[in-house]
Amino acid sequence: MNNLQQHNDTMARVQQGLNQRYRNEKRFRRVGLSAIMSGLIFVSFLFITIFANGYTAFQQTYLKLDVVFDPALIAPLGMTDPDILSAANYGGLVKAAMREMFPSVTSRREKKTLYKLVSTGAVYQLREMVMLDPALIGTKKSVWLVADDDVDMLIKEHIDLNAVESDRRIKNNQLEWIRLLQKNGRVEKRFNSTFFTAGDSREPELSGIKGAVYGSFFTLLICLAIAFPVGVAAAVYLEEFASKNRWTDLIEVNINNLAAVPSIVFGLLGLAVFINFFGLPRSVPLVGGLVLALMTLPTIIIASRAALKSVPPSIREAALGVGASPMQTVTHHVLPLAMPGMLTGTIIGMAQALGETAPLLMIGMVAFIVDIPGGPFDPSAVLPVQVYLWADSPERAFVERTSAAIMVLLAFLISMNLLAVWLRKKFERRW
Amino acid sequence: MEEIVNQNGAVTEQLDAATDAEIDMRLVRENHRSETVGEMTVDDPRMICRNVDVYYGDKQAIFNVSLDIGKNQVIAMIGPSGCGKSTFLRCLNRMNDTIDICRVTGVIKMDNQDIYDSRLDVVSLRASVGMVFQKPNPFPKSIFDNVAYGPRIHGLSDSDTHLNEIIERSLHKAGLWDEVKDRLDQPGTGLSGGQQQRLCIARAIAVSPEVILMDEPCSALDPIATAKIEELIDELRENYTIAIVTHSMQQAARVSQRTAYFHLGKLIEVGETDQIFTAPRHKLTEDYITGRFG
Ligand SMILES: Nc1ncnc2c1ncn2[C@@H]1O[C@H](COP(=O)(O)OP(=O)(O)OP(=O)(O)O)[C@@H](O)[C@H]1O
Ligand SMILES: [Mg+2]
Repeated sequence: MNNLQQHNDTMARVQQGLNQRYRNEKRFRRVGLSAIMSGLIFVSFLFITIFANGYTAFQQTYLKLDVVFDPALIAPLGMTDPDILSAANYGGLVKAAMREMFPSVTSRREKKTLYKLVSTGAVYQLREMVMLDPALIGTKKSVWLVADDDVDMLIKEHIDLNAVESDRRIKNNQLEWIRLLQKNGRVEKRFNSTFFTAGDSREPELSGIKGAVYGSFFTLLICLAIAFPVGVAAAVYLEEFASKNRWTDLIEVNINNLAAVPSIVFGLLGLAVFINFFGLPRSVPLVGGLVLALMTLPTIIIASRAALKSVPPSIREAALGVGASPMQTVTHHVLPLAMPGMLTGTIIGMAQALGETAPLLMIGMVAFIVDIPGGPFDPSAVLPVQVYLWADSPERAFVERTSAAIMVLLAFLISMNLLAVWLRKKFERRW
Repeated sequence: MEEIVNQNGAVTEQLDAATDAEIDMRLVRENHRSETVGEMTVDDPRMICRNVDVYYGDKQAIFNVSLDIGKNQVIAMIGPSGCGKSTFLRCLNRMNDTIDICRVTGVIKMDNQDIYDSRLDVVSLRASVGMVFQKPNPFPKSIFDNVAYGPRIHGLSDSDTHLNEIIERSLHKAGLWDEVKDRLDQPGTGLSGGQQQRLCIARAIAVSPEVILMDEPCSALDPIATAKIEELIDELRENYTIAIVTHSMQQAARVSQRTAYFHLGKLIEVGETDQIFTAPRHKLTEDYITGRFG
């Protein structure tokens, strides 16, 4: 009887406590969920604003002009010498076509503003056409030419037409001409392939990210080629071979510290060591990759050590037990099992390096470079620095290109991180 | 008490006879201090341990243990948890080398050679002294690769057919062949616990060791799998020398010819298994096997 009473008493207390425990659990779930929700909200806000700002950059306004390939301006009929063809006055062709379309424009000043509707890049477009097919000389042809960035902005409705004329990049007479062209179906927005095939340029409509993408690629290649083997070797040595003593503790603390050093410090180090001491050139992916390798090394070492630690010791004992040497144990069993974790860490480190800007500013990768780099020794920009450069430019058309470049950067980051997740899923092993 | 001292004297004389000049007199004299009861030597030893002390850092885990491991015999090591059975067993193939803080002193000889001699190669030692662990630990590779690993790294096979022969023979000896012969390419980790343990035994015997150390090989297994492994141990005795740590006294009684009882890092008593279980000489041994302790 007494026993039963005690049991009931206990159960009542347990019940009481149970409710409290469930309440706590529920509260914790709610807090966790709201943390995730707010994170998602911020991320989607970021993505939406960038996309809203940037998606227009993937289109570019083109104007259709009836170009007469006048032999007097280019070269005599039948001429195929590329030197002569490339030196010809293609600007004259564009101007003549414009004049013909707007015969009412006569004054010098007005003509100049008229010519401004077409991008300076139109000249290269025509030259390319003629060089490809010299038979065009002497004929007349309708050609879609790149419009100036101000026209582009007008068409994309980024220009406030209610503003005073003097404050506007598009003057009233230009507006009139454009409207006329639009009425004749001579204005069209097309896919902006230039953005993906050109390097940087002073003219927004001629600028692209190819140079920056190549620069980033070469930089990351150098970074990976150095940081991965060195990082893995360091991790393997520290984890599998070094005896645990005060020195290895000290090294561990230092590696962890290094991971937290501001990246600009690595840039200063790179400037002092690679450029000033070793005399490597400025602004090249080689130096950028070296600096980023220094920066990602701690990340890779820490991730690799964690991956090695997660390999169960029983595997090592099994290998040693049948007479494998420590080196064989590591290379045959431990490394393959730790490799997915190491690769994940490396990819995350690389993604970090891809987005890194500050240290690259220190080693001069912030220069304005038009040419697309052909290798790690050619001066080049990288994606985040390109974003920085464009964000700093006054032209309205660079605003959307900044966002577009960020989108490209994000696309690379997301695919790298997806690759990391995929690798982890694919090679995850259970024992 | 007097009786114990007398027995120790008898043991010392026997030791002299069995190992003559190989073990120096200093060790033999020190042996007087050992408290071990029973016959720590055998006529035909495979391994000879004398005055083995093991320290983990400052803490001593094994105190002055002297013991012979008889050829083609199974010796069982029993004792309460934490008494140092595993530690002692792992001295025999220098597995303790992998623990930084672990230090071993004394003499352990195999083929007249001190295995802790700096000139001795640990790799070749471990090839001749194989080990089976408490928890089955197959490599996360195929069954074939698990068994083939040892022969491959030691270059034991001249050809693929030879390797296949070794694998088949090892799996046969481990009593696993019939169960896995159709799925050698499947992962070893996909086998049942008992099968995994037999796979580990097959892996150990594939390199043809002379001694096999087993640390509680059946502790994770059900009675049927245990019975299979015990049967296997009995068969293996024909060709191998086996030292097995076990918590099951029935198992020790069933599979072993000699039994060593450890207590708090000391070797308390060692002798013929029958004698240990029917007429233990030391009070601690008696308490342990009658269940009054441990
Ligand atoms: N790696 C280690 N570091 C420090 N001390 C250890 C280590 N391994 C074992 N010891 C200590 O050595 C003593 C003997 O341990 P050991 O594992 O040999 O016991 P055991 O007899 O095998 O016990 P069990 O039957 O529980 O397996 C214990 O006191 C233990 O705490
Ligand atoms: Mg143990």
